[in-house]
Amino acid sequence: MKSGILNLVLKRLATTVVTLLIVLFAVFFATSMLPGDTASILLGQAATPEAVAGLREAMHLNDPAILRFLRWLFGLLHGDLGTSYANEMPVAKLIGGRFVNTMELAGITTLLSVPLALTLGITAAMLRGSIYDRTVTILSIGIISVPEFMVATLAVLVFAVYLRWLPALSSVNEAHSLTDLVRIYAMPVITLTFVISAQMIRMTRAAVIETLSTPYVEMALLKGASRSRMVLKHALPNALGPIVNAVALSLSYLVGGVIIVETIFNYPGIAKLMVDAVATRDLPLIQSCAMIFCLGYLLLITAADIIAIMSNPRLR
Amino acid sequence: MSNLVEVRNLRIEATTDAGRVVDIIKGVSLDIADGEIIALIGESGSGKTTVALSLMGHARPGCRITGGAINVNGKDMAALSEKERAKLRGTDIAYVPQSAAASFNPASTIMEQVIEVTRIHKLMPPEQARKRAVELFRALSLPDPDGIGARYPHQVSGGQLQRLSAAMALIGDPKLVIFDEPTTALDVTTQIDVLKAFKSVMRAGGIAGVYVSHDLAVVAQIADRIVVLKGGEVQETGTTAQILSGAQHPYTRELLAAFEPKPRQAQAEASANQLLRIDNVTAGYGAVREDGLPLIRAVNSVSLVVEKGRNLGVIGESGCGKSTLARVIAGIHPAAAGDIVFDGKELQRAAGNRSQDQLREMQIVFQYADTALNPAKPVEDIIARPLAFYHRLDRQARSKRVDELLDMVRLPKTLRYRHPSELSGGQKQRVNFARALAANPKLIICDEITSALDTVVASAVIELLKELQRELGLSYIFISHDLSVVEAICDDIMVMYNGERVEQITPDKVNAATHPYSKLLFSSVPKLDPTWLDGLVRDPELVSQYGHR
Amino acid sequence: MTMTRAAASGRSFLGHSYNLVGVIASLVILAWTLIAIFAPYIIPHSIGDIVDDDYFGPMRQGLWLGSDYLGRDMLSRVLMGARYTVGISLAAVAISCFSGVVLGMIAAVTGGWLDTCLSRFLDAMNSIPSKLFGLVVVAAVGSSIPVLILTLAVIYIPGAYRFARALAVNINTMDFMTVARVRGESTIYLIGSEILPNIIRPVLADFGLRFVFIVLLLSGLSFLGLGLQPPLADWGALVRENIGGLPFAAPAVIVPSLAIASLTISVNLLIDNLPKKIRDRDA
Repeated sequence: MKSGILNLVLKRLATTVVTLLIVLFAVFFATSMLPGDTASILLGQAATPEAVAGLREAMHLNDPAILRFLRWLFGLLHGDLGTSYANEMPVAKLIGGRFVNTMELAGITTLLSVPLALTLGITAAMLRGSIYDRTVTILSIGIISVPEFMVATLAVLVFAVYLRWLPALSSVNEAHSLTDLVRIYAMPVITLTFVISAQMIRMTRAAVIETLSTPYVEMALLKGASRSRMVLKHALPNALGPIVNAVALSLSYLVGGVIIVETIFNYPGIAKLMVDAVATRDLPLIQSCAMIFCLGYLLLITAADIIAIMSNPRLR
Repeated sequence: MSNLVEVRNLRIEATTDAGRVVDIIKGVSLDIADGEIIALIGESGSGKTTVALSLMGHARPGCRITGGAINVNGKDMAALSEKERAKLRGTDIAYVPQSAAASFNPASTIMEQVIEVTRIHKLMPPEQARKRAVELFRALSLPDPDGIGARYPHQVSGGQLQRLSAAMALIGDPKLVIFDEPTTALDVTTQIDVLKAFKSVMRAGGIAGVYVSHDLAVVAQIADRIVVLKGGEVQETGTTAQILSGAQHPYTRELLAAFEPKPRQAQAEASANQLLRIDNVTAGYGAVREDGLPLIRAVNSVSLVVEKGRNLGVIGESGCGKSTLARVIAGIHPAAAGDIVFDGKELQRAAGNRSQDQLREMQIVFQYADTALNPAKPVEDIIARPLAFYHRLDRQARSKRVDELLDMVRLPKTLRYRHPSELSGGQKQRVNFARALAANPKLIICDEITSALDTVVASAVIELLKELQRELGLSYIFISHDLSVVEAICDDIMVMYNGERVEQITPDKVNAATHPYSKLLFSSVPKLDPTWLDGLVRDPELVSQYGHR
Repeated sequence: MTMTRAAASGRSFLGHSYNLVGVIASLVILAWTLIAIFAPYIIPHSIGDIVDDDYFGPMRQGLWLGSDYLGRDMLSRVLMGARYTVGISLAAVAISCFSGVVLGMIAAVTGGWLDTCLSRFLDAMNSIPSKLFGLVVVAAVGSSIPVLILTLAVIYIPGAYRFARALAVNINTMDFMTVARVRGESTIYLIGSEILPNIIRPVLADFGLRFVFIVLLLSGLSFLGLGLQPPLADWGALVRENIGGLPFAAPAVIVPSLAIASLTISVNLLIDNLPKKIRDRDA
């Protein structure tokens, strides 16, 4: 039995590695398609053709794509993310601090949204059909139906324009006290929490409702179990796999969310860095940022699947 | 109040998908005395489970108890609040579900679920409850009574789970236990153990019971009285002996008649003309080993012969390989070894490599007409497809032929515009069969085609098959777990066990089976005789060797 | 079965029952579709004309939705925006659902290495976050309308494939598929005649959901300045241009936001309240 789980988990991990390779390949080629010749962009309009050719040679731009890909991959394995074209700084250094900022944003959002969404989702399922359930359902449909930037602008409108509680823009460097910190993170976190939670609430509610209609929950009812016992003892343990999956999937929406949120609130994270890099066509920087996002996304999805495998009682 | 249960004029309504409200129980009344076991018998849709569940004050989602009184142990279940009902569930009245496998929570241990009732109602400390559970396991003759509670539901067989769910029902010392078709999903050899266990604990405790079933023979073994339901109304009530010997109501008689074995008149002596011969066929699943055979063999070196105009029955319990055999012959699951000769020509093992005529001449009909008929197509399209595909008939000729085929399977022509979901189970199975006939086959493989049908409907389908055979000169391979069905239509019966053919005999020699497994299997089929179960003596060695347990 | 009384809620028509939310939602969708088609003929002003001397003008007669950051007529710009938002999204969702569903059904029916390869590859595609993909591709090849449509379509093909394949795999295990196979039917018949009619309803619901995703992604990209380029503007771009009006709660920023929300919420509500086929009619 134990080896069965181990096998499935290993298989899942192997799939992730293969997927990762395909994704890295895709990212590499998508960014290689960026228009314009990198060497001539770097050297500017006045460069002689000889100089451009020399630079191309030096940057291995004439090598076949597959060779460049392998070289890039090899560099990644050694922690070498390349050098930014725009300001000739090592990409790793550019990303470092920004990465921490984004992780902070994502971390706080997760800590807030997961308990919130699970509570709302499970209670809505328990009170299915009640006014409470309908309110939660309609609100979550409303939020997933509108773009993130609308949630963000709405939050600005309410908290910064009308109530004047919070600043509309974030600047981590200005944080001097705890209240400052709260004020800085509040807007992006509120926006992201709304976006992430709505998805999670819907999926959690659906998962619990599905298990509530199984014969073993009816059996519990016929044993005289109370409604809360049916949900907590019988439905929840079996809905765990789907719920964890819902959480991980929703968290992966963070990736899309931060791109918008960091741009709107001018938050100094990697998403903002990447949007800027796209504007300057800074190839190594775009590649690295994209890679970090894909990696985070993949890790979350993989984690969800592995937890789902482990929480399957039939494999215990 | 003299009786433990008094139901008066019970009415239950249901809301359909479209929001229409229909009466499903129309004024049912019944009594159950202390310690008495009554059976609710009827076909699917007769409302027997709905009535039984209403005794616990429970109506499935979409249903609502609208009228009448349900007095159980002096309390009106229909009038109580949900909280008060919950107090009685598990203590006064307990429930044994149809599918124990689905009714056990996969995420917790069996013991935890068996003693849950005592936790919910705070009946006794958990230690004591566990001891009591082990006693019950022993009384229900479960193997390893001390250790079985620690397992998870998926680690235990279906027959054992069914008995464990009885233990779960009995732990709260109920006055009334509701059994909802508890043995329907089990094999006959397993069913006997479960029935015996139920009967002995109910008797020992003097507990009253409601036994819901569609199987008159099973009910005859365990019930004191029988209530016959149809269309949400009581048709007839009487003691078991009365119902079995002197049924008054036409519907009850029909039920009984469906049970009567109707031996087939001996077919004109075989023309000695072989239609199908398979030699040493082996098939299975899993990795292919060095000798070219699969790791798990579902069918192991089986040979058989079907003669023109004669029928072969293949009988065995779940997992014996009979359905795989059907698929191997049809080429759905290609054999790993062995030869298949059909109408004098060697057949390719995989259907994809056979010629269109070979495919046409051998048709297969499946058990569940629900999944065998495309729910998105009307009946006429379903039947007309083989006509267009094999016979290239034009639209007009197809339409005419569809009418003829519907007529052949005794369905009204107006049914052609309906979708399968708008047909009854028996009608669906007839359409399923008409599609096979549309190909003009020589051989039809019938895989458990009557198993999902009610007894009366099933026997009508069998009669139809016999008629068609006389008219069209077909041959059938009839795969079933039900001896009476196979007896009714087959000239030869092949018994399968564990992927192998153990014996082949003719229906008149069923009582003189020579192989020990055939003996066990044939002796396990319940008879319409209330004393049959008590009088049944089984060789324990045989049971332990072949019983699935 | 006897019919006692008809249920109070819902009405029936042509063998289907409808409810009010679904009807309203479909009316909103219909309205936006009509506007998308006829926008050029009904706009009061050309979208480029500066008609107000003030920017972020309020709603008033003649300028029913006020003016934008340059003093252009918002009503005209929103109506034309519908054309781009609805048109581009519809084209993209049509391409992605068609390819995804056809590939998914083929994979489910054929099985074997084709299924494995397709599924592996498209799953990998699925592990690239959609916004990221859009960002990179649009940056790489620019953001003309055909590029936008294709990019959005490609992003959502894996999802449509996965959904259709899962449904088709379920149908594929049904006995009627086995019956059709041993009859000798071709893959095209199996897909078109046996599987498709059984999955069409959930596929259409998925089409609607994916349409919402695409509208949201397109608006998001436009909002980042990576979608439609000026002077053309879809609703996302309208919000971006006029974001400066946010502190004054100008209609120029609120109206396009409401337009997006009304469309996407309507589609979601319609999917949740699709007309139900009445299955138990007495024939």
